Parts: sequence; C-alpha cells; structure tokens
Amino acid sequence: MPLLTRWYIRSALVYLTAALLLAVVLAMPINLPSFIRFMNPAYFHLFLVGWVTQMIFGVIYWMFPIITRAQPRGNERLGWFSYILLNVGLLLRVIGEPLVSTRPETGVGWLLAISALLQWLAAVLFVFLAWPRVKEKYRGE
Amino acid sequence: MPRLSQWIIRTAFIYLLLGFTFGALLLTHKGIPLHPALWGWLPAHIEFLLIGWIVQLTMGVAFWILPRYWKHPRRPNEIYAQIAFILLNLGIWLVVAGTTFRVGSWVLLAGRVVEVGAVIFFALHVWKRIVSREGA
Repeated sequence: MPLLTRWYIRSALVYLTAALLLAVVLAMPINLPSFIRFMNPAYFHLFLVGWVTQMIFGVIYWMFPIITRAQPRGNERLGWFSYILLNVGLLLRVIGEPLVSTRPETGVGWLLAISALLQWLAAVLFVFLAWPRVKEKYRGE
Repeated sequence: MPRLSQWIIRTAFIYLLLGFTFGALLLTHKGIPLHPALWGWLPAHIEFLLIGWIVQLTMGVAFWILPRYWKHPRRPNEIYAQIAFILLNLGIWLVVAGTTFRVGSWVLLAGRVVEVGAVIFFALHVWKRIVSREGA
C-alpha cells in the first residue's frame, strides 16, 4: 500500500471518529454553545468528505490499474497536493462555518471562500490524477 | 477494468466535480454572499455527491472487482448493469429537475422510482457474483 494511501486512510479514520464524536455532542440534551450548534453541516462534511471521500481517494490511488511500471500511479506530487488541499480546506470549514454563523461581525467569511477553493482544487487534482488509471489492466506494452 | 466500469467510474468522477463545484459555490456564498438563488442548488449538490459520486463509483468498482465466472461470459447478464447505469443517471437528473429546477413533485417522485429501478437492476446483475472462492 503506497504511503499516500496510508495517509488518506488513517486520516479518514480520524475524521470518522471526529464526525461521530461531534454527532454525540450535537445529540446531547443540553443547551449547547451556539458555536457547537452551528456545526451540524461540519458534521456531515467530516463524515462525507473526511471519511467517505477520503477513504475512496486512498483506495483508488492504491488499487486502480497502474499506468506504466516506471510511473505506476502518475504524478505522486499531485496526489500529495490533493491530499493537503482537501484536509486543510475541510479543517478551515469546520472552524470557519460556525465562526461565520455566530460572529458575522468578525468578517471572516473569506475563510469559507478559501476552504471552498481548496477543497474544489483537491477534487480537480485528484480526478486529473486518477482519470488515466480508469482503464484496462496494464499488460506491459 | 471492463469497459462498463470505465464508463461508470468516469461518470462518477464527473459528478464528483459537479458536486464539489456547487458545494464550493454554496460554501463561498455562506461566507461572502454571491447570489441568493444559489441555495436552490443545494439538493443538486447532495444528489450529485451521494448518488452520482458515491453510489455510482461503488457500482463501477463492484462490477469490476466482484468474483467473475471461469467461463465466458465472465460477467453474465451485463445488460442488467448497463440498464442500471442508464437508469441511475436518468434518476439523478429527474431528481435535480424536480428539486433544483422545481419542474414538479411528480418528476422528483419519478426520479426516485427510477433510482430504485437502477439499484434493482444492479442487484440482479451482481447477486450471483456474490460468492465464496468455492463458488458457494
């Protein structure tokens, strides 16, 4: 299993744990601080982007047919860029979204714009990296 | 990877990009208001990512990787999986038409029904491929 896949899958497991812990907190029958109450969308995205999509990315990078023996998984650096952008973007969202909702006067809306751009770029880079590997098994030609 | 899986997985990648694009616009809009009509794309964002990306990718990989028969055709009744692929994508766009474009609640209902049909056809294809190494 390549190093990048190990990072994807371990990170995915951390996000799954974080998402479910957040779900526990959100389900508490107490008056939660408003910052926490506004983390409902963050919970969904920790789960679906942090866990599901990141796990898929890791497994695709590992198991899809290789391109050539010389460069089996394409440009590995692009994969790392995608991994970093996805994770930084997601974490910015987790902090920025409740902050924007509870303290709009702080003018940190740009955090969400940056988070959006980073995650979008991560997806574009990953598709660019994985697209040539959607093909027949490599037969050494 | 068989040709049908290639089609299904590439389509899933396109939905990933569509879903992330609308998601990025919606998230940006939360921080820096762009246009109020953007919220209408929230159901499409969800549909593209849950059905178009996750479900479709799963189907494409399952068609490729589940146990194959020793004899030809190695993946019997491929037509069922082809029908599932067509129905799933038709269903996605009917749901988007019924939610984001508000064409009518019956269109949304039709989309959901067509998606169920897709899953049934896919299950019909893969059912006999869900076996042990001994074929049991």
